[in-house]
Amino acid sequence: MMANIRLQDLRHSYVENPKSDADWALKRLTIDWADGGAYALLGPSGCGKTTLLNIISGLIRPTEGRILFDGRDVTDASPEERNIAQVFQFPVIYDTMTVHDNLAFPLRNRGVGAREVEERVREVAEMLELDTTLKERAAGLTADGKQKISLGRGLARSDVNVIMFDEPLTVIDPHLKWVLRSKLKELHQRTRRTMIYVTHDQTEALTFADQVVVMNEGEIVQTGTPIDLFERPQHTFVGHFIGSPGMNVLPCEVAGGRAIFAGLPVESANAAAYRGDGGRLELGVRPEFVSFAETGIPVDVMKVLDVGRHRIVETTQAGFVIKMLVPEDEPIPEGAAHVRFAEDRTRLYRNGWLVT
Amino acid sequence: MNKLTNQRAWWFVLPVVLLVAFNAIIPLMTVVNYSVQESFGENMFFWSGVRWFEEVLRSERFHSALWRQILFTGIILVIEVPLGLAIALAMPRKGPWVSVCLVLMALPLLIPWNVVGAMWNIMALPDIGLLGRGLNALGFTYNYTRQPFAAWFTVVLMDVWHWTSLVVLLCYAGLVSIPDAYYQAAKIDAARPWAVFRYIQLPKLKYVLTIAILLRFMDSFMIYTEVVVLTGGGPGNSTTFLSIDLVKTALGQFDLGPAAAMSLIYFLIILLFSWLFYTLMMRNEAR
Repeated sequence: MMANIRLQDLRHSYVENPKSDADWALKRLTIDWADGGAYALLGPSGCGKTTLLNIISGLIRPTEGRILFDGRDVTDASPEERNIAQVFQFPVIYDTMTVHDNLAFPLRNRGVGAREVEERVREVAEMLELDTTLKERAAGLTADGKQKISLGRGLARSDVNVIMFDEPLTVIDPHLKWVLRSKLKELHQRTRRTMIYVTHDQTEALTFADQVVVMNEGEIVQTGTPIDLFERPQHTFVGHFIGSPGMNVLPCEVAGGRAIFAGLPVESANAAAYRGDGGRLELGVRPEFVSFAETGIPVDVMKVLDVGRHRIVETTQAGFVIKMLVPEDEPIPEGAAHVRFAEDRTRLYRNGWLVT
Repeated sequence: MNKLTNQRAWWFVLPVVLLVAFNAIIPLMTVVNYSVQESFGENMFFWSGVRWFEEVLRSERFHSALWRQILFTGIILVIEVPLGLAIALAMPRKGPWVSVCLVLMALPLLIPWNVVGAMWNIMALPDIGLLGRGLNALGFTYNYTRQPFAAWFTVVLMDVWHWTSLVVLLCYAGLVSIPDAYYQAAKIDAARPWAVFRYIQLPKLKYVLTIAILLRFMDSFMIYTEVVVLTGGGPGNSTTFLSIDLVKTALGQFDLGPAAAMSLIYFLIILLFSWLFYTLMMRNEAR
């Protein structure tokens, strides 16, 4: 019943006649969502992720491109025809109905028989732990209860192609966020529905999804597992946006297949692949892979921030900040010191993109 | 915990106390004063207890004015609230037509009440008015100065023209404040337009509708100027509503005692109905 979803050569603009690059909320992208996957769409506010979500659900028609569900073109199909479910940022419930009727609403609208409706509602209420509140008015529930109802309306339908979440934990109390988050993960494993989770919070994205799609300025910059994103950022944006603190991005040059930062040669994993075609060159290395050493890049230690099991150390070289993560039992030199970058974790980027 | 006793704060309350005293308490107490006394010329007053209240409550004239008033208010509420809601639902949400519609809707509300009365008076004249002549030309015998039914028809039509806009504007404001997500969720849930109205729009409009009904109830229950200019309460007494009757008693016959008693009863009726409406419409909120 479920489907593989393909977005092909998609572009979208909210402007009548888009001219400049900035007019496009979504710049040409093609992406596949496999049936049963748990995806996260991660990016800063205004990067186009909600636009992309609304295009999948059919609330917005893309300016260009096609949407295929199992090869069937649904670009012009309504949300109802696409059989999708969506959980919005703010809980959307039918105030005057009971919790039970809220869950039954999408089924009744589709002419499902009364017995099956009862069965489905019971099952979903049990999954979401709403069974004790079924007879209460939905308006009386707390924010997390209401958000469960919106999710439940999607789960109740057996034929849903994909369930989408648009920053669903925005209004949830912090102490309940992780409860709901693990509930979602559990529900995905239990129901094996395709789920797409939109968020700007990397913790939410990385804990929920098997595959994370990182977006920036209307473009997909990388798709991969949480480990891929951490270990092999395809773009400096991914390196910087994911991780805490983000990747160090330092301007450099390349000479003789070696990167040179602040006049000093730095060993890296991919500088040899650089073809000498100019552009903005940068070295990226995560703070986790920078360590103090006897020799290497001379730096001044500026600031030490204790974050529990690690300390974040801020150092500078020639005006550029290099952050590093030091385990709590290691000594930190004062004033002048030397640091080393782990060679296989240090990568060269050209105009933001990984050099390959 | 020690209580702060700072009596100087009373000085800050004083201006409001004075204001309320002059614009509400003193006028109201004057009326109360009249209602329990018999007045003669040269400012002579005699205590009369609740006599005027008994008289008014037993008077046939008051009963029929009250009945007419309730009927009138009932009719215009039944017409204006659904009509206003329907117009608000039909109005565009975006684009250049929004402001055009809003201005058109606001126009009747900006016209002074006596002008509204005069306009409809002239328009409904059977020999020269557009409405009057038109109806007669269509074969209806229509003369609002002679037929009670025609007078009622004209008064109701005038009120609907003048005040439906208020309901429209309130409902429209309520409608545009419903977040898009609700409509999107309804689309995804395959809700039909009727279900969208019944389960999203109507519940979200509950408060503005309560306000609209209360405002229209209170205003129409006190209607005076437009009707006086249009029909003068006639033909006969057929459009003599409570306020018109009150003015006739107080200023026409100069029966200050009965008029004061009537004012107070009138006031209490409005208060009672408003409370009733409010409680009925809000009773689910307590749960």
